[in-house]
Amino acid sequence: MRSWRFWLLFVLSLTLLLALAAACKGEEKEGKTPTPGGLTGKLEIFSWWTTGGEAAGLQALYDLYPDKCPGDVEIVNATVAGGAGFNAREVLTTRMLGGDPPGSFQVHMGHELTDTWVTTNNMEPLDALFAQEGWSDVFPQGVLDIVSYQGKPYSVPVNIHRANVLWYNTTVFEDNSLEPPTTFDEFFAVADALKAKGITPLALGDVEVWTSVHLMETVLLGSLGPDDYNGLWTGETDWSGPQVTAALETFKKILSYVNSDHSSLSWDQANDLVISGDAAMTVMGDWANADYEAKKFTDYGWAPTPGTDGMYDALSDTFGLPKGAPNPDAVTCWLKLVGSKEGQEAFNPLKGSVCARTDCDSSLFNPYLQSAITDWKSDTIVPSLAHGAAASQGWVTEIVDAATAFVTDKDVAAFQGRLADACVAAEVCS
Amino acid sequence: MDSEAAPTPDTARGLLRVPFPRFRRRLTPERIASLALIVPSAVAVAVFVYGFIGWSALVSVSEWDSVTPDYTFAGLSNFKELFQHFRFQADIRNTVVFTLLFVAACLMIGLFLAALLDRGIAGEGLFRSIYLFPMAVSFIVTGVVWRWLLAPRSGVNLLLERGGLGPLKQDWYTDPTVVHITSGSRLGEALHDIGIGWLAGPDFGIPLAMTSVVIAATWQMSGFVMILYLAGLRAIPEELTEAARVDGATEFQVLRHIALPLLRPVTLSAMIILGHVSLKIYDLVVAMTQRGPGFATDVPALFMFETTFAGSHFARGAAISIVMLFSVSFLIIPYLIWSLRREARV
Repeated sequence: MRSWRFWLLFVLSLTLLLALAAACKGEEKEGKTPTPGGLTGKLEIFSWWTTGGEAAGLQALYDLYPDKCPGDVEIVNATVAGGAGFNAREVLTTRMLGGDPPGSFQVHMGHELTDTWVTTNNMEPLDALFAQEGWSDVFPQGVLDIVSYQGKPYSVPVNIHRANVLWYNTTVFEDNSLEPPTTFDEFFAVADALKAKGITPLALGDVEVWTSVHLMETVLLGSLGPDDYNGLWTGETDWSGPQVTAALETFKKILSYVNSDHSSLSWDQANDLVISGDAAMTVMGDWANADYEAKKFTDYGWAPTPGTDGMYDALSDTFGLPKGAPNPDAVTCWLKLVGSKEGQEAFNPLKGSVCARTDCDSSLFNPYLQSAITDWKSDTIVPSLAHGAAASQGWVTEIVDAATAFVTDKDVAAFQGRLADACVAAEVCS
Repeated sequence: MDSEAAPTPDTARGLLRVPFPRFRRRLTPERIASLALIVPSAVAVAVFVYGFIGWSALVSVSEWDSVTPDYTFAGLSNFKELFQHFRFQADIRNTVVFTLLFVAACLMIGLFLAALLDRGIAGEGLFRSIYLFPMAVSFIVTGVVWRWLLAPRSGVNLLLERGGLGPLKQDWYTDPTVVHITSGSRLGEALHDIGIGWLAGPDFGIPLAMTSVVIAATWQMSGFVMILYLAGLRAIPEELTEAARVDGATEFQVLRHIALPLLRPVTLSAMIILGHVSLKIYDLVVAMTQRGPGFATDVPALFMFETTFAGSHFARGAAISIVMLFSVSFLIIPYLIWSLRREARV
């Protein structure tokens, strides 16, 4: 038998729970005035924007939503943490295949969207929306080509990121009278000078697997040049060729200049090493810029990664409309907002990216982003590998696995063989 | 389906040759009631456990390699490719190393703690709770905490440094070293001479990073083993140990020659439970180290999840699941047969 105390506690806690539940329900009803004829229901937005500037940017879009889309729509912020969306993608796959698609989901433009969801008939075409909003005129043709499949666009790009940026601590560079390197030879000279002073030349944090692939793709780009780099993804450049061998040897040499604890750090912790001056440089996409801003660090400089001057290794976050998504009207209005000038101007300065549209007011952006806007208009644009633009997901995961082994065993021949096999397995090479 | 889900007495008897009492075939109201109670769970188990195992097996021999299902029969090619895949080879090595180290460490520490607590010390209840508490924590929490504790720039290393023991600092789970026999060494050449030279190489070594995961897992599970052993020790008749002591046996001899043999069933149960935990380990590794430097802490479950849901290689993912199922079955099925027989004997 339980004592009377037990039952008293039991009843008390039950009452408390019920009261809490009632209070929550009451709160929900307050403060909302439904607009007649407006949108209603829930709108679930699936993304991996959980920290700092990216979460702030997403919130800015949510705040704009009621203005653009009158009504009483409740936005459900479904996020899965993890850089480059590797974790989010796993959750998304289970939800899509389970017949439970979110209203709209963040996805990288390019093969990540097309090969995974468009060719398999899981997305609604958005040609009517693009025509209605006049987007064919405001997005660059290169971007429209990448988001389209068989002539129809399938997602709305909200931003453009640049992957091939070398970030450096200006204080460290000035103290050692160094200049940011523009070629690999210069990079190694600078790195040796830094190493002699006991400073880690290049910070890397590859606890999340995409970062070492990110570094590798900038080396491939810098070593091969844009044409041969693009050829890797179409099968025109030979993965087994001497050019790729040379690039991988360079990559191997660069890896000898990174911090020894790289496999325990995330990319932003690698950034912290640059901020503290323990490391001098890091190769990261321009979301690093937002990270520095958020951490109130100002002594940073930037340059294209070695050998990639005049090249823009691009990736873009986009949103689309999955087939069978709940509340499609609310989703369509979300897409209108994401593609609108005001939406992109609110989102991008916070996120630390440039607008996918060409008509954004550049004075809203910080100095780095202003330089990126200029480069975006003049540089040769190539698709990013680690961020889904260049290759299908299945291919990228194979490359990531091969790179994970390579970062440790440094076996160029084995690595190159695996990369060549991965290209064949992806049915691009024969 | 039903007969697979819950072996009927007939099949179990046929398999195990265990004499079962004869069941009356008459449908009494009680029998109807008990059937009605069993059928829903039997159907659920048949569909959601055995049905999906069957489905996974089907996918594992298909050519499903994108988000669109493709059930074209592929034979065993997925399994062949899987065992040739460098990542899966590392996974097998890691699982074997992890299982051996983890089970051995848990058994030894658990027995040691149980032997200490069995001395009838003051505050036994308190110590028992302290040692058992880690088990109440989920592997995710354990993983996050130990990830911080064993991070090269913080935690244990910081403690060692501040304590003046700097040289003892370790790289822990960031250490990519795989301790193995080198082919050039005398042992390696000796192995080569007897035709097993392939044993000398990093494919058959101990990844040092894995020991960090073993530490975390042991911290979590050794208290559980302690409880098992404590119960086992308490069940040993006082007369046996007393008689041994009267005959002049030391405490260690009592443990070695009286307690340990009588604890054999407990040890076996603990090995089975720990073994199947370690073969399926996923959450701890995800939270603590992910794949580790050069797959030093990668495990099959992690590979399965990533290759299936990030890479859309569904057939390969299913093949990994089936291999994992078999590896656990090799452990569980002999145990089930053994324990069923023992019950029948009792």
